[in-house]
Amino acid sequence: MKLYIKRNVPFQLFEINILEADKQQLLQISRELGVGLNLEEMLAIQGYFKSKGRNPTDVELQTIGQTWSEHCFHKTFKGEIVTSEGKIESLFKTYIFKVTAELNPPWCISVFEDNAGIIDFEDNYAVAVKVETHNHPSAIEPFGGAATGVGGVIRDILGVWADPIACTDVLCFGPLDYPYELLPAGIKHPKYLFRGVVAGIGHYGNNMGIPTVNGAICFDEGYVGNVVVYCGCIGLLPRDKYVRRVRDGDIILVVGGRTGRDGIHGVTFASAELTEESEEISRPAVQIANPIEEEKLKRAIIRVRDLKLGSAITDLGGGGLSSAIGEMANRFGLGAHVELEKVPLKYADMAPWEIYVSESQERMLLVVPKKNLEKVLEIFESEDVEATPIGEFTSDGILRIHYMGYLVAELDIPFLFQPPKTVRKVEWIPPKFEKPNFPEPKDLTKELLRLLSSPNIASRESVIRTYDHEVKGNTVIKPLHGENAGPSDAAVLKPLNHSWKGLVISCGINPNYGKIDPYWMAASAIDEALRNNVAVGGRRIALLDNFTWGNPEKPDRMGSLVRACQACYEIAKGFGTPFISGKDSLYNESPLGPVNPTLLITAVGIIPDIRKAVTLDVKAPGNLIYVLGETYAELGGSEYYKLKGFVGNDVPKVRVEKAKNLMDRLVEAIDAGLIRSCHDLSDGGLGVALAEMAFSGGYGIEIHLSRVPLAEKIERNDFVLFSESNSRFLVEVDDNCKEDFERFMHGIPHGLIGKVVKTSSFCIYGLNENVVVETSLDELMKSWKSFLGG
Amino acid sequence: MKREAIRVCILRVGGTNCDAETKRAFDDLGVKAEIIHFNELLRGRKQLADYDLLVFPGGFSFGDYVRAGAIWAKWFIAKLGKNLEEFMDQEKPILGICNGFQILVEAGILPGFEGISKYPEAALATNVPPGYNCRWVYVKNENRGKCVFTSKIPEKSVLRIPVAHSEGRFVFPKEREKNLLERLLENDQLVLRYCHKNGEPAEGEYPANPNGSFYDIAGICNSTGTVLGLMPHPERAYYGWQLPDWTRLKKVPNYADGKLIFESVIDYLTRKF
Repeated sequence: MKLYIKRNVPFQLFEINILEADKQQLLQISRELGVGLNLEEMLAIQGYFKSKGRNPTDVELQTIGQTWSEHCFHKTFKGEIVTSEGKIESLFKTYIFKVTAELNPPWCISVFEDNAGIIDFEDNYAVAVKVETHNHPSAIEPFGGAATGVGGVIRDILGVWADPIACTDVLCFGPLDYPYELLPAGIKHPKYLFRGVVAGIGHYGNNMGIPTVNGAICFDEGYVGNVVVYCGCIGLLPRDKYVRRVRDGDIILVVGGRTGRDGIHGVTFASAELTEESEEISRPAVQIANPIEEEKLKRAIIRVRDLKLGSAITDLGGGGLSSAIGEMANRFGLGAHVELEKVPLKYADMAPWEIYVSESQERMLLVVPKKNLEKVLEIFESEDVEATPIGEFTSDGILRIHYMGYLVAELDIPFLFQPPKTVRKVEWIPPKFEKPNFPEPKDLTKELLRLLSSPNIASRESVIRTYDHEVKGNTVIKPLHGENAGPSDAAVLKPLNHSWKGLVISCGINPNYGKIDPYWMAASAIDEALRNNVAVGGRRIALLDNFTWGNPEKPDRMGSLVRACQACYEIAKGFGTPFISGKDSLYNESPLGPVNPTLLITAVGIIPDIRKAVTLDVKAPGNLIYVLGETYAELGGSEYYKLKGFVGNDVPKVRVEKAKNLMDRLVEAIDAGLIRSCHDLSDGGLGVALAEMAFSGGYGIEIHLSRVPLAEKIERNDFVLFSESNSRFLVEVDDNCKEDFERFMHGIPHGLIGKVVKTSSFCIYGLNENVVVETSLDELMKSWKSFLGG
Repeated sequence: MKREAIRVCILRVGGTNCDAETKRAFDDLGVKAEIIHFNELLRGRKQLADYDLLVFPGGFSFGDYVRAGAIWAKWFIAKLGKNLEEFMDQEKPILGICNGFQILVEAGILPGFEGISKYPEAALATNVPPGYNCRWVYVKNENRGKCVFTSKIPEKSVLRIPVAHSEGRFVFPKEREKNLLERLLENDQLVLRYCHKNGEPAEGEYPANPNGSFYDIAGICNSTGTVLGLMPHPERAYYGWQLPDWTRLKKVPNYADGKLIFESVIDYLTRKF
């Protein structure tokens, strides 16, 4: 029996003999066509075509494969989870979306519906935010993978008619000094990936003229086999220009770049583990970046938007035309008629299925009412961008694809969106790490300097300078603050000329805590993202969740994923901060095992007047320094333990009610003008935060550890100095404002721990009032800039 | 002419990306600025002659393939060289910021010792140290009065403005370096030099000189003083809140140093025409 029957047409088209195939052969078909469907799904497809009494074409099977992929359909998050305590209907509905549904804030305009989450900003303006992952492509080709990650997320913003105004990027790599001989075949060295990814991100954002304003870089052995690349974008959207209403007869246009073989099966690739053969097999899955094409595309789309000539728009990303057309038809209860030969190609001789699933970059799907077609084409022509009508939406709910006059696919749209429900099993065994056992080091100055130069704490200046963070001229608080390039907690933008209102963008990520407990990793990431936002004056904060996990078909991976999701619900709900958008990237596995489970939380807040924003640098000698929040002996997963060769077990927790009170009060104090500088305590704890504040401002400080509010008995200076307990801040207060400030902080744990001094001396007195750290700002800054350079 | 009668043409092509903030600066000064796609000029829908000031803003015109600014420069000269010459002959000013500076050099308009040269007489080469660099720098006004874009800036005063580029190292051909520099100085065509905060010359020292420019050159004008090209972005140093450490000041200043460049040329236009 032949599995593939060539159709007698003047182009490449195969009929897949699914009707006669047995289970073995069904899986063989799935494998050979690279559609990545499992047996249950293949059987469902077989059943569908049995009812139609015919075999599918390659176009049809590919279309289903793309639509049902983990990447496009998020089967795991939407599927059923079986735990020892019972069933979870859907991770997404039970934990993530539930926060937003229960809080239901009036300022959330569109959440988890569109390409991006949309929230209210000022007057008629809304803000759209999206964060994506581009891990798999970046592992194969770091420059192209990262660049197209940026390009893709920018199109997500354009896909809700918003004008992109800023980008973010969070990257995780293996250690830069990882021994070459330990790298498995097919895995690229972290240094190569690091350089390529950073260059790719800068290339795309800079060329498009969108400032990259916030981000983070993590280094850990858990990323050697799987690099993690998160790309975010924020856009500005006049609310009355948001149009989403497709009608029967509306014209489908492909706009932007041409379609080629780059990016075939990107979503299938993204839904599989990386292996030695990935380079060979999946190289075509990585797209080629052309930011100038997207810059022109953006101009044309914004003009079409401003004249309200379109009826809908969406990105041609994962799954290409196949998922974009299907999803849009499904959303509006329509069918579609497509003439594939009209799609402009980079080169001839592409098979119809390739055209339909290609993920070539810089393309979008634009839908316009017939009467506006001419005007829209004129706009694209004047911007030197191709726009090509390829079909129209129909009323019958059937997708019909033609090629050179032949019908090559005919599928019921509802069938495309009813894949068999995925069932995942869960297992969670809490890990137990060795109890760290080492005496308090004699020289804590040395420990502090070592921490400052450690990979996860050291200055990112040499990377950030290669990203244009000032273009558009609206970056009020920049990622590098002042002459000494201090590490700002969050970026502040002033997007509107006529308003002082600002947008505050920050993030939180604590993969090291996840080794102990993914629940507290997720909780800490939320707390950190909020801390960073609040530290500059942000409030009314919306969150985005981005999960990077291992193979969800393995119960232990699912076990940790469920724990992280549980924290997302409980902690975000406690803080009153809704999720507005998110994305999951699963199957991040390599011969080295699963990726370090990683949750990135992006926080987007507002500040009513940017002139009230606060930065981290100490401002003047004589000013007082307070620590807000309580310190616990929570060093599990800390950078200090890492330095000492331990993971530990006492992972930082979040006491959400206390934390919320503290943050609310801090924002009030900022509004009252009582705070001269503010910095959050994170990696490296109090010691590192103090150093960063001091050298960023160019003044020394004098601190007494004995005055730090402790929640439990801690007798070691190093633990007080380097504990990473959440929900803590350092603030600088003018001596004249001492009483006002302390009245403000009544009932909130706070300790007046020292003051800013005129000299460049950095001095910390220990619990017994003996000097435990003594150094200069130059020494501190030198260490801090020694790892990646300044 | 009256300020509100001044018409500014901010040109763009695919890859131009600093046009909006440049327009914002002119808007704030009360002149009429328009962002015009180059296609509009090519297709005769807009006329260069209708404008009083031409601006090539920052960005990556045509992706900066070949060399930064080269493609647009050649295309402009080939298609509209004559109109441009007429524009310059009337002593109407032209401003090139960052990519705009690269375009003006590639087009032979700058340094333009004797009008537009057929081949570029200088280059904005890849940075030393290499790579894209986004940072605030100090530049000193070295112009003795010829340049119409610095007329309101006292000679030798220091401005704080950011740069963001990977190809900004101003160079002359090595063998003629000395002669051409002398000529530049003699003609009063040197406008801005990178310097330290206190005004001391950077003398090539990184990061005060962020790109390794010859003689710390950050901006030059043509022989008539009506065309200015500069690597720093004055539109990003227009308002006080754009400064990199405004939070250290007691009160946020309304404006920053970049404004002076825009003010100077508008002052010139109101007096001259």
